[in-house]
Amino acid sequence: MQLASAVDPQLADLSNKLIYSAMVVYTLAMFAHMIEWTFGSRGAVAVRSKEQSVTLAETVAAADAKAAKKVTVTVAAAGGGTTTLTRTAVAGEGATVVTSGRGADEEDGPGAAGTNERADLAGRIAVSLTVLGAALHAGGIVFRGLSVSRWPWGNMYEFSCAFAFAMTAAYLVLLASKKNVRWLGLPVVLAGLLTLGIATTVLYTDSEQLVPALHSPWLAIHVSTAIFCGGAFYAAFIATLLYLGKDSFDKRIAAGLTTGPLGTSASIWRRLPAASTFDKLSYRINALVFPLWTFTIIAGAIWAEAAWGKYWEWDPKETWSFITWVAYACYLHARATAGWKGRKAAYLALAAFACWLFNYYGVNIFVTGKHSYAGI
Amino acid sequence: MSNTTTETEQPPAPDDSAAERLSTAPVESDGPTGIGPFGWARWMWRQLTSMRVALILLFLLSLAAIPGSLIPQYQNGQGQLKVEAWKAQHATVAPIYEKLQLFDVYSSVWFSAIYILLFVSLAGCIVPRTWQFVGVLRSQPPAAPRNLTRMPVHAAWRTEADADVVNAAAHRLLRKRGFRAHLSGGAVAAEKGYLREVGNLLFHLSLFALLGGFAWASLAAGTGGKLMVQGEGYSNTITQLDDFNGTRFYGSQDLDPFYLKLDSFTSKFQTKGDQIGAARQFTANVEYYAGSDESKLKKSTIEVNHPLEIGGSKVYLIGHGYAPVVAVKNGKGEVVYRGAVPFLPQDGNLTSTGVVKVSDYGVGPDGNKTQLGFSGFFLPTAPLSFEGTGPVSLFPGDAAPELVLNAFAGDLGTDSGLPQNVYQLNTRKLTQLTQDGQPAKARLKPGEGWELPDGYGSVTFEGYKQWASFNVSHRPGNSIALVGGVLAILGLIGSLFIQRRRIWVRAVPLPGGGTQVELAGLARSESAKIAEELAELAVDLQDDAPASEDEDDATETDVPEETGAPAAPDASSDPAVPADQNSKE
Repeated sequence: MQLASAVDPQLADLSNKLIYSAMVVYTLAMFAHMIEWTFGSRGAVAVRSKEQSVTLAETVAAADAKAAKKVTVTVAAAGGGTTTLTRTAVAGEGATVVTSGRGADEEDGPGAAGTNERADLAGRIAVSLTVLGAALHAGGIVFRGLSVSRWPWGNMYEFSCAFAFAMTAAYLVLLASKKNVRWLGLPVVLAGLLTLGIATTVLYTDSEQLVPALHSPWLAIHVSTAIFCGGAFYAAFIATLLYLGKDSFDKRIAAGLTTGPLGTSASIWRRLPAASTFDKLSYRINALVFPLWTFTIIAGAIWAEAAWGKYWEWDPKETWSFITWVAYACYLHARATAGWKGRKAAYLALAAFACWLFNYYGVNIFVTGKHSYAGI
Repeated sequence: MSNTTTETEQPPAPDDSAAERLSTAPVESDGPTGIGPFGWARWMWRQLTSMRVALILLFLLSLAAIPGSLIPQYQNGQGQLKVEAWKAQHATVAPIYEKLQLFDVYSSVWFSAIYILLFVSLAGCIVPRTWQFVGVLRSQPPAAPRNLTRMPVHAAWRTEADADVVNAAAHRLLRKRGFRAHLSGGAVAAEKGYLREVGNLLFHLSLFALLGGFAWASLAAGTGGKLMVQGEGYSNTITQLDDFNGTRFYGSQDLDPFYLKLDSFTSKFQTKGDQIGAARQFTANVEYYAGSDESKLKKSTIEVNHPLEIGGSKVYLIGHGYAPVVAVKNGKGEVVYRGAVPFLPQDGNLTSTGVVKVSDYGVGPDGNKTQLGFSGFFLPTAPLSFEGTGPVSLFPGDAAPELVLNAFAGDLGTDSGLPQNVYQLNTRKLTQLTQDGQPAKARLKPGEGWELPDGYGSVTFEGYKQWASFNVSHRPGNSIALVGGVLAILGLIGSLFIQRRRIWVRAVPLPGGGTQVELAGLARSESAKIAEELAELAVDLQDDAPASEDEDDATETDVPEETGAPAAPDASSDPAVPADQNSKE
């Protein structure tokens, strides 16, 4: 018998402190987002009208009309209306410029801050705090890995930390690429805090070496793709929930009511993007992640073949991955079928995410299987 | 699986077959199917291959998979033991569960029925769809609809260029953009993104490959188990394996011939922190040769994630433990037994139980032929006292090894000819030896001996070795399943990320001179950027068909108005399409 050691307790301790610091900063970001939402409701919600945007585009287009090739494409929109997309090319220069973006089917709201400047400031502070929190969070994960010289996702605590980071990072990347997703800030920060909270209280295990079953390069591949899929599924879940909410809100407004579903303030819903935007976003994320989730399962099967001798044994984790996969497959098929579009498909997406959540927490905590390592 | 009978979001081109769905799903009529058994069969087949039923079956499949994750299954690791334990705990419902095949969900009749129906439904949809797609590939893109400006995405302008020149230019530009384009009847029809359907078909077909891999494995796989103490070896035959599970095409006579010997075994454990005792490394150092050629003996190691492949089999390390080496002497001081006996771990700290059977003891103190049996515990790290806890190891490593033994004398039952569990004593015909009225018991450290009561001789705990157990697995069909899996991912990527779309261009000479240019695009996918693509094409096309001046004027005053277009009375500020459509994407 030999003794295994090779844990750097100082680095491990530093990692813990960084994770706690990240939680504090995320909490501040959460408060800042809440202030943004609160102040935002005071400002008038200005809804850009289609006329306005077209006029703007036309002005720009007219300015260089003499020297340009110009094409206007008409797009039939939902509900019988149309929007237009104008593209001009400066003569002699080859380069083409879109001077008016494609009009959305429905208008997106102005965002959490509305038109209130103080709310906007709070929102900016919240985003900065989220960036800082994510940096600390990343440091915590990196030092955790360094303290034991391995990939830092060998148990549920580490997996949860990485999962929460993947979620926050995905949100920040979308934000950095100039996508209109600041409305995601509050739910993302809340979910990150919740995940980290559960990780540090219920799931915490000291930084240690891995059980032999995890000594495999597949740990880096299979688990990291699972983490990424989890973060993305989560984002799609938020979008789906908001789609359902906004859709209900639109219906309530059409029916002459003045509040959102469950007595929520109309101002919140008015500031959010259009229902179709949420719906599209949720579909796009799910469709993007589905092949990766398939890959995660197959990578797991290859690993299982090397570790246990059988690539598929209906271990509870395998079974629930399969159930999750089938649920998302249902959703994707439903989206392609007219009778299931909209709310019905959204409910399927929620069910699929519930399967994912159970696969993550439920299977590890309530069911014993081969995916139990290091306590939990 | 995409017979979208309920599809209503068809693009608004009621008068034109060319704008038919971009999906190659078979068109179904919901008209009367006739009567009689044939009609019924046709109706059932139609239902089975419909999207709705396929969706329901998919949903059922995920529901049906749930019980297997919550109830112990025979086929899982140590399934038999877990199922028996569960049954003992739930005596009332166990027979009902057994009838419902809930201990064998994934090979149960109902689970099989769901996935077989699903695959039949899939085949019923995919095979016709494949033929239809082949037909699509062999024919030209569908001709342009009569009224392009009624299409969901369109653009139009007037030019002084010749109509034929514009059409030819459009044909060339579309080709350059990778479209399959076809110029005829004064219009260009083009289509791109066929790989979407290829991916879709590939994905669904590869599911059959996966199923085939599964099926082949369940028909031609076999697994055996072998436990070896350090220094032991074995030949891979049915007589030397501890157990073997064969299938129809891989029986005991088909075992891959090889020899395997366990040289040594290394284990490392966590020594501090809250994960103390957790395993950190297991390595079995082995020697082996394939076939029967001893001269080809090779050295290798087997670890948890690194099986050893010999011939057509893979050898997996699945367990390890300790084997105390025990020597037994009879009353006359003759050694009647000496050997390493594997003890089986009972917990994470390797508290192990086992038995020593001395079947050739000879004549006992009373002059009759007798046998000795010992049952006991091996503790790799024994506590100072068993008080309150009983014999329980504190740590899986061998920090303070001890052997705890009880002794029995009598008939072991080994001569009855019935097969016996080597890890259990059948105490029916055995009497426990006693000392001072108490059951005789000893705690031994390595090297220590125990003088048995009543002149039965002595036992010496000479030392201990490690043992490792291996799973010898022959599983064909893995590569089929792997190829199926990889193709499935490729297919998915194609079918989800590639956009299939059609573009039509028509240039028609106007009666008053000049040419009317019309473009239209149609895409069925969710995230198609058909409008942007059409705009790019149109801008390129204006090199050959520059817009007339008055067109510019029209644009400056309002959103483009296709005045003078023969077939496009709709101004874009009005609904281009009447409210007859619910197209969302």
